[in-house]
Amino acid sequence: MTISTVSGRAALPDVQSVRPCSSGPSAIDLRGVSKRYAGQNGILALDNIALTVRAGEFLTLVGASGCGKSTLLNLVSGLDQPTSGTVEVDGQAAFMFQEHALFPWLSALDNVATPLRLRGVGKNDRHAQAREYLAAVHLADFADRRPHELSGGMKQRVAIARTLATHAPILLMDEPFGALDAMTRDLLHDELEAIWRERNLTVLFVTHNVREAVRLGDRVVLLSSRPGRVVQEYDVAIDRPRRVEDPGVAALAGEITAALRHEVARHGA
Amino acid sequence: MALEVVDHRESDRKALRESEIRGHDALDLSSTPRLAHSVWRAAWPKLAALAISLGLWQLVAISGWRPSYVLPGPVPVFADLGSQLVTGELWGAVAVTMTRGVVGFFIAAALGLVLGVLVARSRILRAAIGSLITGLQTMPSIAWFPLAILLFQLSEQAILFVILIGAVPSIANGVISGVDYVPALLVRAGRNVGASGLSLYRHVVLPAALPSIVTGLKQGWAFAWRSLLAGELMVSIANRPSLGQFLNQSRELSDTSYMIALMIVILTIGIGVDAVFSTFERGIRHRRGVVAGQTQKGI
Repeated sequence: MTISTVSGRAALPDVQSVRPCSSGPSAIDLRGVSKRYAGQNGILALDNIALTVRAGEFLTLVGASGCGKSTLLNLVSGLDQPTSGTVEVDGQAAFMFQEHALFPWLSALDNVATPLRLRGVGKNDRHAQAREYLAAVHLADFADRRPHELSGGMKQRVAIARTLATHAPILLMDEPFGALDAMTRDLLHDELEAIWRERNLTVLFVTHNVREAVRLGDRVVLLSSRPGRVVQEYDVAIDRPRRVEDPGVAALAGEITAALRHEVARHGA
Repeated sequence: MALEVVDHRESDRKALRESEIRGHDALDLSSTPRLAHSVWRAAWPKLAALAISLGLWQLVAISGWRPSYVLPGPVPVFADLGSQLVTGELWGAVAVTMTRGVVGFFIAAALGLVLGVLVARSRILRAAIGSLITGLQTMPSIAWFPLAILLFQLSEQAILFVILIGAVPSIANGVISGVDYVPALLVRAGRNVGASGLSLYRHVVLPAALPSIVTGLKQGWAFAWRSLLAGELMVSIANRPSLGQFLNQSRELSDTSYMIALMIVILTIGIGVDAVFSTFERGIRHRRGVVAGQTQKGI
C-alpha cells in the first residue's frame, strides 16, 4: 500500500475522521464555467460554476433533474467544451456510466484487460493484471464469465475493475449505482470506498440519491437546476467506513434533502 | 443481512464484508438448466415434416395426375440418386459447383466487408452508393447473365461475375447495418478505455457488429448459390461438368428421375451450408447471452 503525499489516509485502518487536506493540490479545477447549449432556446445548463476537487478527494454532486450534472462530467472528461470559463484536470479521467457498458462478446477478464491491450500490454501480462483488478472487486472466481452470466451488481464491479485498468487517477462516476437494488448498492459503496482509499483515487461522483452522496463523499456539493449553480457545499465530518443507515449520515442527508427540496420548489413558484 | 457490526476491528469487518459479498453473489446468480433432450426436440419436427412431404409426393405420384415418366415417385428417384452417388460422375459435378460457389463466396465476402466498412464510415460514399447497394440486392442476378456472357463469353469469369454481383451487396449491407446499430454507449466505453480510430473499429465496432455481419454473410451465400445455379444452367463449359449442366442435360433427355435427384442434391447442399452458418450465428448469440427463440417469437 502506498502512502500518498497528499494525505496519509490510505495507510490508516481506523480512521478517526477522513477530512481532505484543505490545502492539497487540486485534481479538477473549474473556474467560472458556464455551458449554454446551441439551439433556438439556448438552454443554459451550467452557470458560473466554481468547483475544486482536491487530489485524493471523494466529492459527490447532488441535484434534482436538469442541474447539469452530466454536462459537468462531460466538461471534465473533455467530451464537451465550456461556453465560458476554464476547466483544468490534472491527469487522465475515466468515466463510469449508470449502465455497465461492458463488451458482451468478451469475458469479464478480457473486458478488464481491454484498456491494457489498447496500451500494448502483452497477453500474459495483461491477464495477470486484469486478474488483480478483478480480485480487487472480489470477482476473481468469475474471470471467465461473460457479462450476461453476471448479476447487475457484478457487472458494475467488472466495470469498476475495467475503469481501474485504465490507470486513470481520476474517476468520473455518473450515477453508477442508480440501477441497482438497495442491498447491492450498499455492498458496492463499501467496495468503491475501499478501492478509493487503497489506490488514492480522486472521485467525482454524481448522484441524485442524497444519502448515497453523504455515505460516500468527503464533501457534498448541492447544485441548483436550470441553470446549474453551486448552491452549497457540505463537509462530511463522519468517520469512515460509514453505513448509509448511520444516524450522522441520515441527519446530514436530511439537511441536504431539505435544501434540495427548497431548490426544487423555487421552480414551481 | 442487516447485521449490526459490534466489533469494529478492521480485519473482522473485512472478513464479514467479503463473506457478505460472496453470499450476495451466490444468491444473485440463478443456475440455468441445460436442455437434456435438445437434439431430439430439434430433430423430430424436421423428421416429421420430411416424412409428410415424401408421403404427399408419393400420393401425387400414385394418383396418376402425371405419367410416371414425367413425375416419378420418391422410390425410383432415391434409387437413381443412390446409384449415381456410387458412380463418380455426380461427385465430380458437385465438386465443380461447390468450388465455384466457395471461391465466389470468399471473394464476395472480402469485397463486401471492405465495401461495407467504407460505406459505413464515409458519409459521402453512403450518399453516393448506399441506396445503389440496396438496389442491386433487389435485382435478380439472372438479369445480369446476358451482359456477363457478352463481357466474358461462356467462361468461369462470367459465372464468377454474376456470383459477385449477387452476393457482395448483401454482405456489404450486413456490415453497414451492423455498424450503424452498434450501441453508442459501447463506442463511448471503447473511447473511455483508450480506443480510437482503427483500434476502435478493431476492438469495439466490428465485434459489436458481428451478429449482423454473419447474417449478411449467410444471406450473401444464399444469393451466391442461387446465382451460381442459374449461371450453370445458362453457361455450360466443356469438360467442366457441373450440377446446373447435368440438370439441363437431364431435362433434354427427359430423365425426370435423375433431374429430381439432382434437385435433391442441390437442396441438401443448400441446407447443409445454411446449417453451418446457423451454428455459427447461434454460437455468437449464445456467447453474448441472446437467446434466439425469445426475440423471434414476438415478431
